[in-house]
Amino acid sequence: MPDVLATVTPAPAGAEPGSVGVVRAQRATFDAPLLLRSAASIAAYELAYETYGTLNASGSNAVLVCHALNASHHVAGVYADDPRNVGWWDNLVGPGKPLDTDRFFVVGVNNLGGCHGSTGPASVNPASGRRWGADFPLVTVEDWVEVQARLADRLGIERFAAAIGGSLGAMQALQWTLSYPDRIRHALVIAAAPKLSAQNIAFNEVARQAITTDPDFHGGHYYEHGVVPRRGLRLARMLGHITYLSDDAMAEKFGRALRTGAIKFNFDVEFEIESYLRHQGDKFSEYFDANTYLRITKALDYFDPAADFGGDLTRALARAKAAFLVVAFTSDWRFSPARSREIVKALIDNRRDVTYAEIEALHGHDAFLMDDPNYHGVLRAYFDNIDIR
Amino acid sequence: MSAAALHLHPRLSGRHDFDAIAQWIPEGAHVLDLGCGDGSLLRFLKQTRRASGYGIEIDEVKLIAGVRNGVNVIHSDLESGLSGFESSSFDYVILSLTLQAVRHTERIVKEMLRVGRESIVSFPNFGFWRHRAQVLGGRMPVSRHLPYHWYDTPNVHLFTIRDFEAFCADHGIRILERVVMNEAGHDIHRLPNLLGALAVYRLDARPR
Repeated sequence: MPDVLATVTPAPAGAEPGSVGVVRAQRATFDAPLLLRSAASIAAYELAYETYGTLNASGSNAVLVCHALNASHHVAGVYADDPRNVGWWDNLVGPGKPLDTDRFFVVGVNNLGGCHGSTGPASVNPASGRRWGADFPLVTVEDWVEVQARLADRLGIERFAAAIGGSLGAMQALQWTLSYPDRIRHALVIAAAPKLSAQNIAFNEVARQAITTDPDFHGGHYYEHGVVPRRGLRLARMLGHITYLSDDAMAEKFGRALRTGAIKFNFDVEFEIESYLRHQGDKFSEYFDANTYLRITKALDYFDPAADFGGDLTRALARAKAAFLVVAFTSDWRFSPARSREIVKALIDNRRDVTYAEIEALHGHDAFLMDDPNYHGVLRAYFDNIDIR
Repeated sequence: MSAAALHLHPRLSGRHDFDAIAQWIPEGAHVLDLGCGDGSLLRFLKQTRRASGYGIEIDEVKLIAGVRNGVNVIHSDLESGLSGFESSSFDYVILSLTLQAVRHTERIVKEMLRVGRESIVSFPNFGFWRHRAQVLGGRMPVSRHLPYHWYDTPNVHLFTIRDFEAFCADHGIRILERVVMNEAGHDIHRLPNLLGALAVYRLDARPR
């Protein structure tokens, strides 16, 4: 078993209380070929990951944090050279936080095909010496779990105490219980769906069309042209943001407020919501890779563990052995509570241990990233009860 | 622990109906506790009877307490039915001190009988002499098992032992066993509707 480096140095004076402090991303290289669900394969790849806390002697306290669409391995803490880049789930993960790094060894990994350090479409394909671009294969939730399992092997983790994720991250936590039922004790499945609805896929398709019809897309080989399909990415992100927020949250945050206080009868930014969406779109198009975006939306569309069982989710989940915490949010219309209840029912039908919380929250799908007291209360209570002896 | 041993220690659980319920639950039974609160009954049944199963609770704060108690809690409103549960999928469905606090009594009892093979219902007996005396004195009763005032009570349908048995007869529900206790948790055999503060029933879920 290779050494597991502690990637965390003590929090600098003045750091947020409960923060894991300054963290460092690590890389792991894998050269055993990976056969993907699509039947394509990748000969070698690299993963970017971070860890917080210490793996105990029996290896029983490891928790995998799976990321959703745009996040990464940077789950908690800050970088020494970029103190404003706070991990995406920092409100959950840290000493004394619900996912307590004084008890647990927490692993965050950038998924294969990503654009935050792991091998993806913007990486160089060793076979051609050029960037993968459109030639990077389509990856699935099952493939990501396979890759995460290989990283776990590398880190000396035989069995995760838990895997947790929201949205697409939740699908990975769920898939873990199916791909490796003996390697995961608890799955925390938050703001999830057992598969996408036609409406969900429709939104994804519009986002993809925005990207692929951008003149700067060049069939996915835009790197070679020195451009980025920024307009497409921007539209995709704007559309996404509409589905992450609830109508009520938008009404509360923006209402019909005008930037300058009066209607101008032109197509510049007039309403605050327009300004917000444009800002989110601009920001996103600066750092996110369009080919990764396309692939992640496809991974969402393809996820459907019941498909091999004639659509019967109860039969599909029969092989899961983990205990589950399923959490949904009342105002989430992207993956509504009814979708989570499908998962809960399938688990109850199989007599699996499952707790279900439907949290009264305003923020829509994005509520899984907030720190609502009852939401974090449930997570804290659940994590506190996970045995790490 | 055997049923007999449980019966000899009526204060084991801290809540009198828990012991009566536990003595009817066979080892390893699969149970559903409707309105499980902080999950203490389920925890008790898990520890003493090695029971498995779930509790249903609507209150977020109580749900968190249930998670802390290490039991499975499903956050749901009983009043909207048990559509997430298959018919006859539980050995026992339990309504412990909950029936008097639900609005759609008939619907919930019907759902309870559908989902369980047998059901257990416990409730505070409104016919208990102390309650009657307080009503005669012109006040709404407050007692060990009815600890609320009229203005802060979650109870919406108070009823007596005779009321419940008439309800069962009218709805074709077969009563298999009954335990009636006084306020101290001791079994009452004479004049149960007058001397009993708490009643616990075991019901057959099969239609008669």
